[in-house]
Amino acid sequence: MKGYNFAYLDEQTKRMIRRCVLKAVAIPGHQVPFGSREMPLPYGWGTGGIQVTASILGSGDTLKVIDQGADDTTNAVSIRRFFARTAGVRTTTATAEATVIQTRHRIPERQLREDQIIVYQVPQPEPLFRLEPSRQETLRMHALADYGLMHVKLYEDIARFGQISISYDYPVMVNQRYLMSPSPIPAFDNPKMDMMPALQLFGAGREKRIYAIPPWTRVRSLDFEDHPFRAINAPHACGLCGSTHSYLDEVVTDDRGGRLFVCSDTDYCAERRAAGHVGSDGMKEAAE
Amino acid sequence: MAYVAVKGGERAIDAAHAWLAEERRGDPGVPELSVTQIAAQLGRAVDRAMAEGSLYDRELAALAVKQTSGDLIEAVFLLRAYRTTLPRFGYSEPVDTTMMAICRRVSAIFKDLPGGQVLGPTHDYTHRLLDFSLLGPSDAATTSRAAPDDGVMPRVPDILGQEGLMESDGGAADEPGDLTREPLRFPAGRDVRLQALARGDEGFVLGLGYSTQRGYGGAHPFAGEVRMGEVSVEFVPPELGFAIDIGDIVLTECQMVNQFKGSKTMPPQFTRGYGLVFGFSERKAMAMALVDRAMRAAELGEDVTAPAQNVEFVLYHSDNIEATGFVEHLKLPHYVDFQSELQNVRRLRAEQERMGQEKEAAE
Amino acid sequence: MSDATLLSGRGLGLAFGSVTALADVDIDLWPGEMLAIVGESGSGKTTLLNVLSGRVRPDRGVVSYRDPDDRLHDVHAMPAPALRALHRSDWGFVHQDPRQNLRMGVSAGGNVGERLMAQGSRHYGNIRAAALDWLAQVEIDGSRIDDLPRTFSGGMQQRLQIARTLVTHPRLVFMDEPTGGLDVSVQARLLDLIRSLVARLKIAVVLVTHDIAVARLLAHRIAVMQRGHIVETGLTDRVLDDPHHPYTQLLVSSVLSA
Repeated sequence: MKGYNFAYLDEQTKRMIRRCVLKAVAIPGHQVPFGSREMPLPYGWGTGGIQVTASILGSGDTLKVIDQGADDTTNAVSIRRFFARTAGVRTTTATAEATVIQTRHRIPERQLREDQIIVYQVPQPEPLFRLEPSRQETLRMHALADYGLMHVKLYEDIARFGQISISYDYPVMVNQRYLMSPSPIPAFDNPKMDMMPALQLFGAGREKRIYAIPPWTRVRSLDFEDHPFRAINAPHACGLCGSTHSYLDEVVTDDRGGRLFVCSDTDYCAERRAAGHVGSDGMKEAAE
Repeated sequence: MAYVAVKGGERAIDAAHAWLAEERRGDPGVPELSVTQIAAQLGRAVDRAMAEGSLYDRELAALAVKQTSGDLIEAVFLLRAYRTTLPRFGYSEPVDTTMMAICRRVSAIFKDLPGGQVLGPTHDYTHRLLDFSLLGPSDAATTSRAAPDDGVMPRVPDILGQEGLMESDGGAADEPGDLTREPLRFPAGRDVRLQALARGDEGFVLGLGYSTQRGYGGAHPFAGEVRMGEVSVEFVPPELGFAIDIGDIVLTECQMVNQFKGSKTMPPQFTRGYGLVFGFSERKAMAMALVDRAMRAAELGEDVTAPAQNVEFVLYHSDNIEATGFVEHLKLPHYVDFQSELQNVRRLRAEQERMGQEKEAAE
Repeated sequence: MSDATLLSGRGLGLAFGSVTALADVDIDLWPGEMLAIVGESGSGKTTLLNVLSGRVRPDRGVVSYRDPDDRLHDVHAMPAPALRALHRSDWGFVHQDPRQNLRMGVSAGGNVGERLMAQGSRHYGNIRAAALDWLAQVEIDGSRIDDLPRTFSGGMQQRLQIARTLVTHPRLVFMDEPTGGLDVSVQARLLDLIRSLVARLKIAVVLVTHDIAVARLLAHRIAVMQRGHIVETGLTDRVLDDPHHPYTQLLVSSVLSA
């Protein structure tokens, strides 16, 4: 793309972001402020993730971009195109082939490797924001590891509903020190973060924060001993590939309550079908 | 009905872009707007795009206004994104508004003063009646306009300052922060607060300024002075070591005079609210001065009770690019999270029903 | 340990502009005793409480605290996290207005359980049981455990604040007019409760009050303040029955006999 640097951002900016990434990796779960740049995509649409990806991308990388687990949602398409144009890198839909994966709201089902980096798009980096809107206050709470407010919220949930009612963006404790928002991934995906072999980077462009989980780090979802964390998923199998272990999307098929459940991770589902797995609805092929 | 996985996202996006381009151009039988026309005849739209885009370039701003079909926030977005890519040479010298080539200058606190009350090209005394003659071509307007006054026009608050009645400016201590380069941190200094207001959404700043007048925090403001006109921008290139004039820009400056009761250590003085905006942007400059003063409540020992006095609240929500991005992002797919909530609610309801049935069975 | 003071202030001074709030104040507190600081409004007693508890920094002087390991700490030289940890475990603070210390949008059980959770308790059942136990100890019906403090009377809110503060068995509690703003019969019940809890748990208390009757009922020792100075200290009964300082005499004589 004429007139623009590799991956759009100038080298100074990339250097600044990489310094922040290094600091974030050194303090797992801690939010590092960074001078987020105005990007050609709107805030809230992945500018943080894009800036992190742009700063770590090299010409030899292979990039996968997903949104809601799928490569083909319009926002994933838009971002993938952005990098194809500004960086000319190889892109892929196959999780196994990617070296960098930028994601919105899901972690791929296939386990990631040590040579991969996953970049999460984060709308709201502050895990306490619903309980305490003031950033000055939450900054103090993180500094003093004063997370009473969050524990009280979980207690209240159990008192009121009999169980913790958070189903996505479920708060986690990273490396036994920092309370962190995993981004709005479903609670179902939380366990994947614990001791993940890949490096996990989180970018929040509008709120101007970067944070990270180094490979092989302990990540625990908050819970009580007698009310342990439970991953929520639809109690069905994928209609296309038959999987009972992947996160499922619910598709409304008619106006009489008809429902079909399919894997949210389109690459995972395609791999399973290619390997011969079939779901109850699997005879009807998806249109190309 | 067979499930057909939705693909073709790329084609859909391309089609959407094509339609947008058609919408922008409109009926090809109608003459296309030129950027020159927009710059010349939609000056206030251009001013706003420059102010909130934090980029002084009339032609670029007019281009942005054309490209976005007049959606000013989208135009600001274009300018901001472009600004990010521009190389930076450094900071200019502080602009000297006492040397402004005055086009308009009014003060509410003195009946008359050196330089006089200069109305300039203002809407103020127009009767807001639609002028249907403008539906057709208008005759070239002629004005009996005096040349911009280069004579002495001291800033009104400086006049008060001579008597010690107005607090001093404080003077610049360290290098000012740069909101376009560094993330916002609290406590935020006045320099950063003013930057945020200068590029903040005019509607938001106006609403907050208005709220201070209605009792939501308020410091009994008087419009000490509003002045609009051209000022020269000076820059010291490192190779030269002295300042050179690199161009003129139009600015609107407003200083509000507010009362302060004094403390045990300080005699009573007036306090200042300050507004400075690109272009002819009087409304914004005045609102900015009101909100600037409101945000100083804590440092002046006043109770912080109102939204306009809550620095974190004002600074976090004044940027309309951040705001529109996040508000509009709700359009993006959120079905994965919604699915989790659905399953959650279904489970809780099933639990409740099961417990209800157990109770009944027990009775 | 029994001879050593738990908390001491030496040479404490603080001025707000030209107003002297504290002038050269020396004060001691022994383990398990209740010390009342009395004086009229403007005497500096609340300022002294805030300085002793580390909430306000004095211009001069030192506040020392002896921890359970018999180590002495300079309260105002402690790093912020250490002082916060102290306030969450060994120390407590009961405010005149319970709403300053309660989370009004959180249930009574959550309010009481919070300090336990802050200290690492992770068993919901145990936390809830502890909360029920404490509600009983402050005479709040257990059925109110899931109710919001907003629905409690002023006296109940104050008792909830006390439960919330005492749940971690602090050694030292600061109280700022704990019965202020409550009507007389409610006050009496609350004072009784405080007295029995403090005696049973052997908590040391610094209590600020303008009400001599409260001091007489609760405190072992009393310090009388006037315009930033402590004018008289001693055993409560002795000071109130036989005041030496003219200001104390004035204070005592102006109170309608209980």
